[in-house]
Amino acid sequence: MNTWTKVLRYEMRNVLRARALLGYGLFFLAATTGLVRMGGGVERVLPSLSNLILLTVPLVSLVVTTVFLYEGRAFNELLLSQPVGRKELFRGLFMGLTLPLAGVFVVGTGLPLLASGGFSTAAGPVALTLGSGIALTAVFVALGFLVAFSVKEAARGLGVALLVWLGLTVVYDGVVLLASHNLSAYPLETPMLAAMILNPVDLARMVSLMAVDASVLMGYTGAVFQDFFGGWTGIVIATAALAGWVLLPYLGALRRFGRMDL
Amino acid sequence: MRIPLMPWVAVVLAGAPLPAQEIHVGPESHYRSIAAAVAAASPHDTIVVEAGRYLEGPIEIDRPLTLLGRPGAILDGEGQRELLVVGADSVTIEGMTLRNTGLSFTEDRAALRVEEARFCTIRSNRFEETFFGIYLANAGDCLVEDNVLEARAERETRAGNGIHLWYSTRITIEGNQVRGHRDGIYFEFVEDSLVRDNVSSHNLRYGLHFMFSDGCTYQSNAFVRNGAGVAVMYTSNVVMEENDFDENRGGAAFGLLLKEIRDSRIAFNRFRRNSVGVRMEGANRLVVEGNDFVANGWAVQVLANSDGSAFTANNFVGNSFDVSTNSRSTSSTFSGNYWDRYRGYDLNRDGVGDVPFRPVRLFSLVVEQNEPALVLQRSLLVQLLDLAEAVLPVLTPRGLADADPSLKPIDTPWRSL
Repeated sequence: MNTWTKVLRYEMRNVLRARALLGYGLFFLAATTGLVRMGGGVERVLPSLSNLILLTVPLVSLVVTTVFLYEGRAFNELLLSQPVGRKELFRGLFMGLTLPLAGVFVVGTGLPLLASGGFSTAAGPVALTLGSGIALTAVFVALGFLVAFSVKEAARGLGVALLVWLGLTVVYDGVVLLASHNLSAYPLETPMLAAMILNPVDLARMVSLMAVDASVLMGYTGAVFQDFFGGWTGIVIATAALAGWVLLPYLGALRRFGRMDL
Repeated sequence: MRIPLMPWVAVVLAGAPLPAQEIHVGPESHYRSIAAAVAAASPHDTIVVEAGRYLEGPIEIDRPLTLLGRPGAILDGEGQRELLVVGADSVTIEGMTLRNTGLSFTEDRAALRVEEARFCTIRSNRFEETFFGIYLANAGDCLVEDNVLEARAERETRAGNGIHLWYSTRITIEGNQVRGHRDGIYFEFVEDSLVRDNVSSHNLRYGLHFMFSDGCTYQSNAFVRNGAGVAVMYTSNVVMEENDFDENRGGAAFGLLLKEIRDSRIAFNRFRRNSVGVRMEGANRLVVEGNDFVANGWAVQVLANSDGSAFTANNFVGNSFDVSTNSRSTSSTFSGNYWDRYRGYDLNRDGVGDVPFRPVRLFSLVVEQNEPALVLQRSLLVQLLDLAEAVLPVLTPRGLADADPSLKPIDTPWRSL
């Protein structure tokens, strides 16, 4: 067995034992069950669920990752004094955090949907919504690594993580809204599209928007987006952008971790 | 006084019409062409058209007749001409297949045209690849029933209407299926008519298009996937009930577009998955009640020039925007509707929310002015803005609120299905 899979197994066990993760899973389980129970069919459940995902998944992924990295730092240093490479440790830690977080999320949301059974007709939108949640998990775990290995102090690091979250979910959209309002005399469809692709939260939101708000997006503006996301180029670019949002912070964090003075 | 019997019998016999005759047309019958049979028929005869392909037309029916097509009786215009022209009262056309009129840019070429006639019945015919299908001009008291009209129009400028009415009164259009035309059903200057149980789908422009047609009733029709939905213009006293407006999507597509409509009633319809459910431009004093608005982009758009409409006991579920408007004040009232966005409470548990619901979101005003901002729909920022505006309304119209929103979905004909 590789060293990194050993690290992965240890880290996964460590993370899954945490109460926070249990709470995360139970939260999604309860929320999704509640949504399904309240009825209203796919029209009501999916939009609310995607709202919930966009709000909680980035925040929880980011906070859990940074907290675990700061808390486990002493043990990681101990591991590095053993014949364990930094790259291997890093990879093991990353997967060890991403897999449990994504897994708990999928189980928590998926079980109630499966149990209700009424969603087999909307398998595509459901898959898109869950997929966007998984992608967001990976992105924000990677961002959490970048933060934790860039800022030494735990309290400051956590603060920076919260700022990153706030920036990507609220401030960015505010800037986009303001800019689009000031430039509304120009054709903005393409720049807006680019702006949405450059932010992982917006990108995930667009993907689920395509699934649940299809009607409103069939207007003129919507047609531009529908064309883009409906076609293969759109899917390829969106996937590439999401992958980039995982890879760039991942590589950045790895670089910092590799050079860090422990 | 005794009245002798004999003179009375004589009077009755003299007044009785000759017994109606059946005239057969067919490849093996005495008459080979429909036109010849029509020329030979006496009033109120029945012409039975046997199976076969008849290449004739336009056939003018100038006396009261019944034209009864046997299965497989096809009248084909070979892309060249009109087929049947009815110019007499009490004509019945039934069971025929009319096909292939071709298109014309100089005339409204129709497969079946009724001109200045009354009491006609057009029943169970098929219309295939016709420019205009059924065309009634200056007609009255006619019944258009159970016909199927199918065309494959590709461009608006090269397409005609399925069922076209012009200056007609008391027409009943029932149980027809129209698809692939420019407008499925078209009314202009029509009065006191009834449109019921029809299915109009996949038409390039409107499923139903009517103008200047007072006092008409539209009931239990389905308008599905038409290029621009249904348009009702310049009319008063219209009743639209239990219709289904489904999946009319596009940049300028509306489930129901109301333009200059007065004193009309829109009740128990379902608007589902349309870009815009109902758009009201200069629509005054309408009663909108018991409708289901489900999963539309905009459920209702009320423009500033619309006055005094009442929205009562409708369901608004899963719409991206429930109500939008371009004005700061409105005289339309909303009461007793069910809104899935409502987050109020009900302390006395009477099923009515204790705080008013404001259906106009701040974000819908933003989008109204700046459409590309639509991509921020469901963003946390937008939800925060909406929340702030809901708590302290500054920009959205103050008067536009449902003072007694229902906490439970309201029973409508569609919800029990």
